Amino acid sequence: MLAMLAKQRAHGYQLRARLGQALGALGDEMNAGQIYVTLGRLEKAGLVVSQHSAGLPDRPDRKLYGLTAAGHQRVSEWLTEVSWPKPDLVEFHLKLVAAAAARLADPVAIVDIQRRELLRRLRDAQRAAMAEPDHSDGALLLEGVVLRLQADLRWLEACERKWIRGGSAS
Amino acid sequence: MSVTKHTSVFRAVQLRKEYGKGEGLVRAVDDFNLDVAAGETLAVTGPSGCGKSTLLHLLGGLDRPTGGEVWLGGRRIDQMSERALARMRRYSVGFVFQAFHLMDELTAVENVELPVLLAGRSPRAARRRASELLEQIGLADRARHLPSALSGGQRQRVAIARALSNEPLVVLADEPTGNLDSSATMDVLRLFDNLHSVGQTLVVATHDPRIAATADRMISMRDGAFVDETRLAGGTSGRLAALVGLEG
Repeated sequence: MLAMLAKQRAHGYQLRARLGQALGALGDEMNAGQIYVTLGRLEKAGLVVSQHSAGLPDRPDRKLYGLTAAGHQRVSEWLTEVSWPKPDLVEFHLKLVAAAAARLADPVAIVDIQRRELLRRLRDAQRAAMAEPDHSDGALLLEGVVLRLQADLRWLEACERKWIRGGSAS
Repeated sequence: MSVTKHTSVFRAVQLRKEYGKGEGLVRAVDDFNLDVAAGETLAVTGPSGCGKSTLLHLLGGLDRPTGGEVWLGGRRIDQMSERALARMRRYSVGFVFQAFHLMDELTAVENVELPVLLAGRSPRAARRRASELLEQIGLADRARHLPSALSGGQRQRVAIARALSNEPLVVLADEPTGNLDSSATMDVLRLFDNLHSVGQTLVVATHDPRIAATADRMISMRDGAFVDETRLAGGTSGRLAALVGLEG
């Protein structure tokens, strides 16, 4: 959410729309309440500031939200963090969308960082799998790890293709 | 004969390969520089059509570049005569292809000994070398089988044994696991790993991340050009327990 504010300040409802656009059908499952609760928490944490717009009712969705310096800092850190194996595809996807929208980082470079990490893990898993006797239980588990990492790497290839072509259609 | 100052097995300098002309000009390999150290396993990756096969063909002297230089074992090969080039390929380079390219009429051991015979060694020496190699790849008991009686993974291992038969400076493999299932791929990976441990230089063009992940170094190509290099050796990322989700 912070990253969605990195490009420019936004009203709560605009923020919702941005998230909705980035997430497609998945975004529909998010309710508005969640967004305002999160914004409230981020404000308390000093990462976000809000401002009343003159002449509008004092409701959370009418406030204009923006990032503090600390908020910007947090976003930059988040973009280059590597967070796997928790297979948080949504989070990684949002990183790329936000990085491209706010021109904070090159999405392809973020994909490269992630790919390197996954390849290292694949290397570890592959080495361990090669050391296991054929058809052992351990080999089967490691095959699962290898296959999952391969699937993740294939998705990264798809991400790379998209962001090389110039990114989001929106 | 000129000799480079480098200890690298392979060296490509500003290598270019173009097809067609004018509007239809395709730069299959575009200003590519590369050094491969002795004993190194290098993976060349990239989407299909990125030029990795063409690069392999140029390095192995199967094709001639439009510009630039290729050095193999201290000798410049891109300007060699056809005759010298054929000799160089026979003695210094072992090729492994996606589709195995074994001779269907010959048994496994005959396939492996063929390059040794072509190199002028005695039939006896050739057979000894071939049997030794089949032993190494765990297929001694399949020596008298025709390729059609072998599984895909076994055929590819025989093809790798054939590539090794004249003790080449380097083995070049083009999508060696492209036609193989998961367990046959594992056998090929184990074999490559053994080769690596005895110091065989290996260059593999592949889009299989499992091969790329087990190489010492991986280079990525896009549209014929170099885009990224990753050294995977050494720096492991963490514990396997974390990979399977047993740890945070």
